[in-house]
Amino acid sequence: MSLLDYFRINKSNTASLAKERLQILVAHERSSKNQPSYLPKLQQELLEVIRKYIHVNEDAISVNFEQDDDQEILELNIVLPDFNTKNT
Amino acid sequence: MARIIVVTSGKGGVGKTTTSAAIAMGLAKKGHKTAVIDFDVGLRNLDLIMGCERRVVYDFVNVINGEASLNQALIRDKHCELLYILPASQTRDKDALTQEGVGKILEDLSKDFDYIVCDSPAGIEKGAHLAMYFADDAFVVTNPEVSSVRDSDRMLGLLSSKSRRAEQNLEPIKEYLLLTRYSPERVKLGDMLSVNDVQDILSLHLLGVIPESKAVLTASNAGVPVILDEKSDAGQAYSDIVGRYLGEEKPHRFIDEKKGIFGKLFGGK
Repeated sequence: MSLLDYFRINKSNTASLAKERLQILVAHERSSKNQPSYLPKLQQELLEVIRKYIHVNEDAISVNFEQDDDQEILELNIVLPDFNTKNT
Repeated sequence: MARIIVVTSGKGGVGKTTTSAAIAMGLAKKGHKTAVIDFDVGLRNLDLIMGCERRVVYDFVNVINGEASLNQALIRDKHCELLYILPASQTRDKDALTQEGVGKILEDLSKDFDYIVCDSPAGIEKGAHLAMYFADDAFVVTNPEVSSVRDSDRMLGLLSSKSRRAEQNLEPIKEYLLLTRYSPERVKLGDMLSVNDVQDILSLHLLGVIPESKAVLTASNAGVPVILDEKSDAGQAYSDIVGRYLGEEKPHRFIDEKKGIFGKLFGGK
């Protein structure tokens, strides 16, 4: 630590903010890059089918696609509503 | 067989043409016969940076269309006889470049040259795609700034999926990071992403850091690649990069702050 550093007022470290934002963004873009292009449509259609029988919110369904070296996993997650609101 | 290098970035204005001119000159100065090609059809500028804008007679598209031979279009550099420039065309026709045409030219040049440097246009359109398609090595030019880093990551994705090596399942393109317009002072103040930050995000092999330098503008004013300004920091940084690329051991410079007289007096390190 140099003497001069005491005179440098470090109000906010914007570089670390930039790094944090980039890491999140880049991870997201890399994972979505390898996804099949039909995924959003699949998610929408699945939601419509499920909604014929159960009232679920639009954000209650998530479709995930993961790729390993030797396998591809399509993961479907549906959060069902509470019992007292079900089958209405 | 020549080694084909693409200088790419995605984002514009980060220093692709400056870098292409400098490393092509550096390779030629080291005794390797080198061609540097401007892929920015419609917006050619490499000729200006290389200082040969008044000697352009035929261009890249003329050669593809068979209107001129490669030898007629190649301009020999006035500083180094092992360096040749193939200028881009100023046509507005976007489809002037074809994959077959570019492939044929690179194949012909490969017989006679050691290195071919492809100066990519910004963006991810046809010109940028063809500049990287045939590459063996990629120099990813990045500024320590959020939009540039993001675009570089996007280009890395394209290099590994949409290139000839990717499509033919060959050994992947070797990717190198060139961090340009770096300001160690601002990094120290926490205003700018550091070399380590950018490497953490992109996970790329660092070929070198080019400091923000007045020499880059003065070199382009004069039409002389900045690497020939041997006294300048940017010129030395590019020389180091060429050396490292060719396998020389060169410690990284220009990453730490330059200390002024007060810094030297009071500096702890």
